[in-house]
Amino acid sequence: MLQTLLPILIFAALAVGAAGAVRRIRLWRQGRRTPMRWHRLVLMPKRYLNDLHHVVARDKAIAHTHVATAGGFVAAMALALVVHGFGWRNPILGGLLLAASLCMFIGALAVNRRRIDPPAKLSKGPWQRLSKSLLAYSVGMFLVSLPLVGVAPTVLGGGVLALILLALVAWGLAEMLIGMGWGGPMKHAFAGTFHLAFHRRPERFDDQHRDVAHDVHRGSRSTALFPLDLTAKTLGVEKPADFQWEQLLGFDACVQCGRCQNVCPAYAAGQPLNPKKLIQDMVVGMAGGSDARYAGSGYPGIEVGKHHGGPTDAIVPQLVEAQTLWACTTCRACVEECPMMIEHVDAIVDMRRFITLERGETPEKGAAAIDNLIATDNPGGLDNASRLDWAADLDIPRIQQRPEGVDVLLWLGDGAFDMRNQRTLRSLVKILRAAEVDFAVLGDEERDSGDVARRLGDEATFQRLAERNIATLSRYRFQRIVTADPHSFHVLGREYGAFGGDYVVKHHSTFIAELFDAGRLSVKAAEPGETVTYHDPCYLGRYNGEFAAPRQVLAALGVEVAEMERSGYRSRCCGGGGGAALSDVPGKARIPDMRMEDVRETGATTVAVACPQCTAMLEGVVEPRPQVKDLAELVAAALAEPAAAPTARNSTEAPEEVPA
Amino acid sequence: MTQPERSASAAGEARVVALVSSGRHPVSGRAGRAREDARAVEMGLALAGASLHLAHAGDAEDAALPEYLGMFHGLEGAGGPGELSLLPMAAGDDAVPLLANWLEAYGANLVLTGQRAECGEGSGLLPYLLAERLGWAVATGVAAIEHYAGDRVTVLQALPQGQRRRLEVRLPCLLCVDGVAPMPRQSAFGPSRRGRVEAVANVTAEPDTLQAAWQWQPARARPKRLKVVKSTNARDRFKAAAAKSSASGGQVLTDLSPEEAAEKLIDYLRRERILTAPSGE
Ligand code: SF4
Ligand code: SF4
Repeated sequence: MLQTLLPILIFAALAVGAAGAVRRIRLWRQGRRTPMRWHRLVLMPKRYLNDLHHVVARDKAIAHTHVATAGGFVAAMALALVVHGFGWRNPILGGLLLAASLCMFIGALAVNRRRIDPPAKLSKGPWQRLSKSLLAYSVGMFLVSLPLVGVAPTVLGGGVLALILLALVAWGLAEMLIGMGWGGPMKHAFAGTFHLAFHRRPERFDDQHRDVAHDVHRGSRSTALFPLDLTAKTLGVEKPADFQWEQLLGFDACVQCGRCQNVCPAYAAGQPLNPKKLIQDMVVGMAGGSDARYAGSGYPGIEVGKHHGGPTDAIVPQLVEAQTLWACTTCRACVEECPMMIEHVDAIVDMRRFITLERGETPEKGAAAIDNLIATDNPGGLDNASRLDWAADLDIPRIQQRPEGVDVLLWLGDGAFDMRNQRTLRSLVKILRAAEVDFAVLGDEERDSGDVARRLGDEATFQRLAERNIATLSRYRFQRIVTADPHSFHVLGREYGAFGGDYVVKHHSTFIAELFDAGRLSVKAAEPGETVTYHDPCYLGRYNGEFAAPRQVLAALGVEVAEMERSGYRSRCCGGGGGAALSDVPGKARIPDMRMEDVRETGATTVAVACPQCTAMLEGVVEPRPQVKDLAELVAAALAEPAAAPTARNSTEAPEEVPA
Repeated sequence: MTQPERSASAAGEARVVALVSSGRHPVSGRAGRAREDARAVEMGLALAGASLHLAHAGDAEDAALPEYLGMFHGLEGAGGPGELSLLPMAAGDDAVPLLANWLEAYGANLVLTGQRAECGEGSGLLPYLLAERLGWAVATGVAAIEHYAGDRVTVLQALPQGQRRRLEVRLPCLLCVDGVAPMPRQSAFGPSRRGRVEAVANVTAEPDTLQAAWQWQPARARPKRLKVVKSTNARDRFKAAAAKSSASGGQVLTDLSPEEAAEKLIDYLRRERILTAPSGE
């Protein structure tokens, strides 16, 4: 009986699953089409085994569980197809099938253990069922295959037991094969396979990436936003079908593991954003329906089950509230953690683009900043000629007076208008002078890099600023650009390339570390006893892979860094990126307060920062709290007074540490 | 923001026009939406939706025009692209006859605009000259339109220190929108790109001969009158510093004949040395 029914079961499940898969592919292809590159499918195994596993392996237990379960299943399925499906009942194959099933069974046990009291980040519902289905499949397949190696052939030959076994196998097949095609939890394997092959950012998997630094940190291999064609019919994403089809495919690959939810600063602050739910909402939109079947954590403060969507229905507000999109700081923590390599930030910015460019509904302060950028080239609406007011007594050389070119073009960023950041800039100038760096500034010809406009979705203003800055830069000669602002650093270094601006851009931490390496800076020994911690800015670390230089600088100063639990690529955002400080979506806590709590846990009395935005956000935390110092300030304070430095002016020294 | 009431009959035949000018950013001097004109457009959009029509006399390339058209979003119904009629003229030409002729030809019955331009002459006289020429009513300092029906419109006029006066104005009329009117909506790139600027054919602008004869000189800031508060009490000093300079010491003159009133005004202007009188002081 088994020998007649098993092949029928297997082929029926395959056929039904395949029909579902075809339908699923149609769902993905509702998105904007790009040319199909079928040959990319061959890239899949490497991307799966190497790149994806790299992320999964951050949690060793899960990685092992997944290897056992998934590896066991793939092998058991392939062998079952040969042995039971085509009836090649070879004892060796049978033995292998048993081994594979056993392996899968062990994995499934671990899955079930985790599911007894699942952590909050996991989804329940069908995912809870999947753990049982894995057991059913592995046990069923194991037992029906025993006769192949000659064990217990008679008991399993017929009768009730055989029926029960068949039911187990059928259950397993239904979950594993039919569910895979028809949107059950196993869909992730099928969608994930294609997603890895057709990923919109192939650079993420490119081990020969031109920038070696990025190979140390794979997450920063491809972080520039995609330019938007401003002549397109509608700008940005209004409905799910406006996404590129690879993006829809990517959303469908989500395994609802909740790693993104766990690291999202907005979610932790009780703001109405949860990257995992957002991705699931995109799936709901793509397939049509309501979010009532979602079995995980929702957006804080927003009830699950009240929203619905369809592929050609507007996303905001029926499916996702605008507040959800504006709460994101674009910190990329979710993208960094996602084992399925899903690009949350791209999706969020795509939807913001529609709201800003087509609907004109940027949050009020964000819209004001954009208007200012259009009128005055800086988000504060200030006179651009006052960009250098803080340096009136420093006699900083202008690049306009140096037609022969300079080594370093110092890019000031909009921090130049902020009194707190002006102290950092003054420190940086002091350092550059102490190291006798040949530098100059653009002065009032410098414009905002366009970072905030771009993250708020105003690609038009961003591109205008980018084009103007690139035109300005093309008039002058310099070896490299150095900036104390990671946002300018990222935009100039990685996003201007698409508009014809290719520069060597260095963050001041990298540059100062190089000065130390070259022996061009000498510092006094640090006072012992002070505990310092370092906060990695998102746009320096996760976006650009620079984790080492700031720590090198601190080491050169002789301070030991007490690392926070979340540091390096897992650093928690200060809350100031992506225009989130402007949209200021209410939550239960403030993100900088939570970050300051992280700082306090290390017992540090000083937190070293490397970004004007982080400085502002962290200094906004009420006292008493550890003091916030930019790396440049720490270095400048420790500089051994160079006796022979011709440029050190008295006036530049004294007022440095006096708070404004 | 409360939507103005509007009777069904009026909505159909409403020909609402907003006159827009090229604004100047107070810091950078870049062309953009003028603050009051943008509020006039906002008021027009709230009243007439996408059927609001814009008009501008000047340069077709002005950067401010797409910004106004970018406000045509979030409107009821289909909300087609915004339309702007452009009356081409040079900076030294007289906009009044152009606009007056066009408004008549277009059949406008409610015209919204700011109180004064942010560049050029900026005298704030244009609405009055237009109204005079067309024989229409004109109301300035409009903060809100409350009711719009049939042949009249009820508006709230802004007075100093937050006071409001309700006015009923006969149509057709010109309303000059005050800076206290509701904030204009964001200008979005998509609608601005779709908006249409149509140059009106067969208009010939004539030079503003009056203006050409003027003598121009840079403005000089008039010194502010300070009220020095001698008090050792911080609270009093603060109150004095924070107090709005209200027009104190003025007098309300009622029941005067036009001649007497004119006499009083001329006296006042002489005292303030705004008029230098041939007859001396
Ligand atoms: S988006 Fe990625 S990290 Fe988030 S739940 Fe899905 S698979 Fe996990
Ligand atoms: S980028 Fe940061 S804030 Fe935005 S969803 Fe991801 S984790 Fe949350």
